[in-house]
Amino acid sequence: MLDVQDVHTYYGDSYVLQGLSLRVARGEVVGLLGRNGMGKTTLIRSVVGFTPPRRGRVVLKDRDVTGWASNRIVGLGLGLVPQGRRVFPSLTVMENLTVAARRNGGPWTLDRVLDLFPRLRERAANRAGKLSGGEQQMLAIARALMGNPELLLMDEPTEGLAPLLVREVGRIIESLKREGLSILLVEQNLPLALGVADYVHVLSRGRIVHSSTPDDLWARADVKSQYLGV
Amino acid sequence: MTLEFWISQIFSGVSYGALLFLLGGGLSLIFGMMRIVNMTHGSYYLLGGYVALTAIWRSGNFVIGLLCGALAIAVIGVCEWNAFLKRLAGQELGQVLTTMGFALIFQDLALIIWGGDPYTIPVPAVLSGSIQAGELFFPVYRIFMIVVAVIVAVVVWLVLDRTRLGAMMRATVDDPEMARGVGINVHVISMGVFAMGAVLASIAGVVAGGFVGIYPGADFEILPYAFVVVIVGGMGSLPGAIVGSLMVGLLDNFGKAFFSELSYFTLFAPMAAILAVRPTGLFGRA
Repeated sequence: MLDVQDVHTYYGDSYVLQGLSLRVARGEVVGLLGRNGMGKTTLIRSVVGFTPPRRGRVVLKDRDVTGWASNRIVGLGLGLVPQGRRVFPSLTVMENLTVAARRNGGPWTLDRVLDLFPRLRERAANRAGKLSGGEQQMLAIARALMGNPELLLMDEPTEGLAPLLVREVGRIIESLKREGLSILLVEQNLPLALGVADYVHVLSRGRIVHSSTPDDLWARADVKSQYLGV
Repeated sequence: MTLEFWISQIFSGVSYGALLFLLGGGLSLIFGMMRIVNMTHGSYYLLGGYVALTAIWRSGNFVIGLLCGALAIAVIGVCEWNAFLKRLAGQELGQVLTTMGFALIFQDLALIIWGGDPYTIPVPAVLSGSIQAGELFFPVYRIFMIVVAVIVAVVVWLVLDRTRLGAMMRATVDDPEMARGVGINVHVISMGVFAMGAVLASIAGVVAGGFVGIYPGADFEILPYAFVVVIVGGMGSLPGAIVGSLMVGLLDNFGKAFFSELSYFTLFAPMAAILAVRPTGLFGRA
């Protein structure tokens, strides 16, 4: 599904991703862990084309999409739930969903998305900027689904949410996984990430320093304390 | 100071405001929504009028002239945006210099093609003459200007506020990067907004051509008014452009009626006062 090959990405002069490779197979949930500032969000931005890598390749569904415009990459079957939600504040909830809609024979219709997020149905006519943080997070996920993606990039979907909502987001990710969606999940919440992921990578200073199943990582106290601070 | 005086002055002010809305509404899309300081906006107004004039000479039809002017300006605007302006996002100085350069080039081109004589766009018979009400005369053409402005305002509002395309435009303004991230072709959308704003300027030019005429220098004469409309009303706000243009139209008209030597003062002093209290304009978002 996604094959990131030896990617080097810069922000201006700062060298953030220093040769990073990972794969997400069809239907697989891959967790990406690491402290703040280690390059997790930069990896997401490299894949979606916001900050294209200077070296290396991003291959999505067997197509080399390195350097493509983001809207083309997204059109190929990628959904983005960005860090900080980034809903369109001046658009209504409904408009946030419809601008992202893409009919490509995928399973997600407006009705199905709203069934998954009943709260958004109630607030359909409200400006997205007026929603609570939790509602905005739901909207960001719902918006990504409207494009009927095959691969979902989720960048800290539980950031800043109350525990009850964190569990809710966890349940939603579980259900998307059951639907057969491939997910690359950046997450600070270790129990949630390890609970849902099939495979996890730990990032430090722009490199992958540990890759294993969640169970193996759970058992590695040294990795957890050195790179995750737990 | 009879009642008739007030009514006819208000009517003149509102009809001039309608013209300014056509011009300022377009600038509000380009300057307010896309954040491009477009000094070429006055040139679109002038060239739109000239192209329409030539088309009307050839065809004898006002509507064909209007459409030809709009089409020509849409093409010019899209080319200018594609070749230059899209690379200058966020660089106001570069935008001002580039668009100012274009404005000067267009001014000279217009002088070469259409010469230095002033022209009036021939108006269809139904739009000439006046309607009399008691002691008052209302020129039909001024009523036509108000009608055109109302139609344009409603159409622009419907497109921006009630269609998916309009939502995509607003999403692009809210967060261009994220708009790409949900699959919106921001390039095409931005081009569309720019073309829409340019077309409004050309409509203003054609309408004005039948009213104040087309002549060398009309572009730079009208440009400050368009900027005042947008700045007073608030950048990128359609209600702001409506209120701003009505205000400017009325102020200009009454300024000229009461203190004709000070007409620029009566226009710009209220603008300065509004900006002092509301730096983002009446309807602007911070």
